[in-house]
Amino acid sequence: MNKTLFDKVWDAHVVQKITDGPDVFFIDRHLIHEVTSPVAFLGLKKRGLSVLYPERTFATADHNTPTINQHLPIKDPLSANQLQALEDNSNEYGIIHWGLGHKNNGIVHVVGPEHGITLPGVTIVCGDSHTSTHGAFGAIAFGIGTSEVEMVLASQCIMQSKPKKLRITINGKLNKFVTPKDVGLYIISQLTTSGATGYFVEYAGEVFEDMTMEGRMTVCNLSIEMGARGGMIAPDSKTFDYIKGREFTPKGKDWDAAMTYWKTLKTDDNAVFDKEYIFNASDIEPMITYGTNPGMGMGITQQIPSENAIKGGKTSYEKSLNYMGFDQNDAMIGKKIDYVFLGSCTNGRIEDFRAFASIVKGKKKAENVTAWLVPGSHIVENQIKEEGLLSIITDAGFELRQPGCSACLAMNDDKVPAGKYAVSTSNRNFEGRQGQGSRTLLASPIVVAAAAITGVITDPRDL
Amino acid sequence: MAYDSFKKLISTAVPLPIENVDTDQIIPARFLKATERKGFGDNLFRDWRYNADNSPKKDFVLNNPIYGGKILVGGKNFGSGSSREHAAWSVYDYGFRCVVSSFFADIFKNNCLNIGVLPVQVSSNFLAEIFKAIYDDATTELEIDLEKQTITLLSTGAKESFEINDYKKNNMLNGFDDIDYLQNIKGKITSFAENTPL
Ligand code: SF4
Repeated sequence: MNKTLFDKVWDAHVVQKITDGPDVFFIDRHLIHEVTSPVAFLGLKKRGLSVLYPERTFATADHNTPTINQHLPIKDPLSANQLQALEDNSNEYGIIHWGLGHKNNGIVHVVGPEHGITLPGVTIVCGDSHTSTHGAFGAIAFGIGTSEVEMVLASQCIMQSKPKKLRITINGKLNKFVTPKDVGLYIISQLTTSGATGYFVEYAGEVFEDMTMEGRMTVCNLSIEMGARGGMIAPDSKTFDYIKGREFTPKGKDWDAAMTYWKTLKTDDNAVFDKEYIFNASDIEPMITYGTNPGMGMGITQQIPSENAIKGGKTSYEKSLNYMGFDQNDAMIGKKIDYVFLGSCTNGRIEDFRAFASIVKGKKKAENVTAWLVPGSHIVENQIKEEGLLSIITDAGFELRQPGCSACLAMNDDKVPAGKYAVSTSNRNFEGRQGQGSRTLLASPIVVAAAAITGVITDPRDL
Repeated sequence: MAYDSFKKLISTAVPLPIENVDTDQIIPARFLKATERKGFGDNLFRDWRYNADNSPKKDFVLNNPIYGGKILVGGKNFGSGSSREHAAWSVYDYGFRCVVSSFFADIFKNNCLNIGVLPVQVSSNFLAEIFKAIYDDATTELEIDLEKQTITLLSTGAKESFEINDYKKNNMLNGFDDIDYLQNIKGKITSFAENTPL
């Protein structure tokens, strides 16, 4: 039987099949954070249950944490409560906890791979939809709701029907200044935000083979924005080099055994997908979004498509452009912006900071722009310092903040004011996502850097 | 038993004919700071429902006294975005027991089923028919029969059947949830775990 990569990993984790129902699906590793876990622990307590395998759950504080002065007490009592609840629950049940200030602390999807929690062939869930990030290593990883967090704590399983399979192949070489973020935004613009709903994606082809692990994480991260449950890429020598020697990666004999298994994790020739898309790398430009969902994106030199030219969401199209203050057929180049945000689990890793620094080096931040540069973890923060990127960005007039989700969802104080435009490396441009009334344009770290220097949307190729 | 069982519902409905209603609209992130599940209904559609000074926005449907009931009818791709179950909680806590749309985002749909809100997916034609019927007469009632898996526009008798797997259906009919099921097969799970190294 020819199996896809997804089949192999999925089938190896089915504890029980229910007729005309979901599979009882075993979860190897579970990540939790302060926002979606407290109610799950409460539920557990109410039922008089305990955590079945605490060593399989890992906690980090990220969604609701400040990105300056992390050593001071948290001002907002509600946020402080959530962090305390995470710490207390972790202590009570013996769960590893990387709270604010801990050297391993950072965004849940950044720290998982950094510590070898994320491995090929494992199943990972977290109460955050961008859990799809971990698929970059050949894991099945997806976001779950709080009821499911409770299930995993209680039983290390959830009930899931197996999604259908979709393969997205991109052949060829990417053009200059076209990054993994652009690849993701391009795919979403082609499929729309619901185009992959009900599917699990495998990314294949030269573009993904050539991509670094960090780039693969960016692309897999965005899988959810096309409606997919998750996305994955077959592990290869880059994957193995990346995970080797990390804290929770198998060692010695276990490593050898794991390698033997991991090498089998690829889609068999002639395995069948329910749906396939094939794109050409050369068609992809640096991308930018103009609307209020990630599918409303286009090449940066294009004009906003007119209503009858768009693929999804016609009824919300006008509402969306009104919200953004844009018109049909507007060019994006030259539009004035107020904020830039470099960070999030989509683009908060070291390569993203390298890319940003390469553009701003020797230049100065535009005066009208407020810039938030937020590393995905303390490890990324330290790398920025060790590699000398910090002096490049500070010389250009930027400051580096402390790690966390920050303006990706604006639960902390990093909120873009109403009506202001923010060019962001994060993953959602929904109404109010970055602060009530805020207007978000999603782009790569390079496009964000170019806008930060000029104060307007700028094609980085023209800089 | 985690929530009230759902068998048959006859109710008027609230129309929200917008596509791609995302979870950040259903419940904005700044209302996710609670450590308990309460009060989420008050913030359902917060930024569409209220002005910055907390006065109600007159043109938003939840502020229009003509429309009410336990059924929310939304546009295509309802619930896209975040995995936050808070979105489903706020729908439930506001008083809706059923959401009707021509297409649901995956995680939102799962979350609804897990907490006792029934997502009913209908054809786009039937969805249009429902919207029209409600706009013609706000007292139009819909009947959702979970046992028979049908949704009926009572004013015209127009009917469609909808899909739900037997397992979830049985859960909803009885108010069971997945944890009840998982606890019953714990032995199976632990032996599976023993053969699955960390
Ligand atoms: S950075 Fe944004 S998307 Fe990523 S985990 Fe945090 S809130 Fe979720």
